[in-house]
Amino acid sequence: MKLITVNFLACAVKGCKAAPASYPLHFRDAELELQELEFQPEFILNIIPRIDWEGMRVMAKELGFPNIPDNKPEGDALKDERLLKELHRLLLETQVVEGRLCCGNCGHEYMIKEGIANFLLPSHLGLVIPSIAFLNAC
Amino acid sequence: MSSPNVPALATLPQGDEEGYEEKNVHEVYQQIASHFSSTRYKPWPIVERFLKDLKPGAIGLDVGCGNGKYLAVNRDVFIVASDRSANLARIAQKHQPHSTIVADILHLPHPDSFFDFAISIAVIHHLSTPDRRVQAIREILRTLKPAAEGFAGGKALIYAWALEQKNSRRGWDKGDPQDIMVPWVMKGTPSADTPPDQPKVFHRYYHLYEAYELEQDINRAGGHVLESGYEKDNWWAIATRTGAESS
Repeated sequence: MKLITVNFLACAVKGCKAAPASYPLHFRDAELELQELEFQPEFILNIIPRIDWEGMRVMAKELGFPNIPDNKPEGDALKDERLLKELHRLLLETQVVEGRLCCGNCGHEYMIKEGIANFLLPSHLGLVIPSIAFLNAC
Repeated sequence: MSSPNVPALATLPQGDEEGYEEKNVHEVYQQIASHFSSTRYKPWPIVERFLKDLKPGAIGLDVGCGNGKYLAVNRDVFIVASDRSANLARIAQKHQPHSTIVADILHLPHPDSFFDFAISIAVIHHLSTPDRRVQAIREILRTLKPAAEGFAGGKALIYAWALEQKNSRRGWDKGDPQDIMVPWVMKGTPSADTPPDQPKVFHRYYHLYEAYELEQDINRAGGHVLESGYEKDNWWAIATRTGAESS
């Protein structure tokens, strides 16, 4: 799963979406892999306005990528090809192949297997949710 | 007694809709995933036009992406595709630059009011009650950017299989039953419990949409239909959120 995906994800539990603690979801035991993809500066430039920068910084920091600018680049900063390449590498080429995504509000963890995160809830899987298990958020 | 390859009336669920769809939709797609995928490659024209008209950098969803055939249409936008079947999601995953997850249409793992567009092609007809179909549409609309001054809001394109298709090989038409089990015949795929030459038949539940029903469901879900029509034996509609009922 490309790291950019997390910017567009929230907990699947209905009640969590309004809670600030539910965004972004947090990686746990993430196994990273670099999968090369052709660098398209225009693509990066076009999606930057749609990135939740703070959410991305939180994710990057948790995964050990500390060199993200504090603020979303604008104006001349966007002409810096090195920055665009770094974002390309982080957001599109860095994949999580195994691990979990955890909701900071309810604590529910979603498994990532073979690069695909599974957001089916226990009720979809025919299980009853033990509410006590959700009290400690990640 | 009808042949196993002919559509049959569906016995609708009595209370346990999730379990019913698990058995009559999700489990079937899990099993037929690769065969199903090999038969699904040509994008339908209206879906293609909708995706190609998007602005570069637009962010959207493909809810019930199947094998991901629509992910190949426009590489200038970013799509988070989801499917209930992990086997189909795995096939869809190869399309760049997009991303694929496993999710349920009634509980989408996406923030509210964010996305520029969404497509859901041939998906909501697999939900087994009117309320669940409306809920599914409401869940898609929830993720779209609401309209603001000078901005029309995010748009969703929704397709559902039509009851009126008397010229198709299925042949059903107005007045026929709308809730049916449609066979999927898998030939030449031997498995442990099937001899090699005997085709294996799976049955999927469908609700066939009649004229105007899709528009009505969208209205009930708090959506506003911008455009709608009929293409390739399906009813389709492009919808936005309306201000009042969007929450």
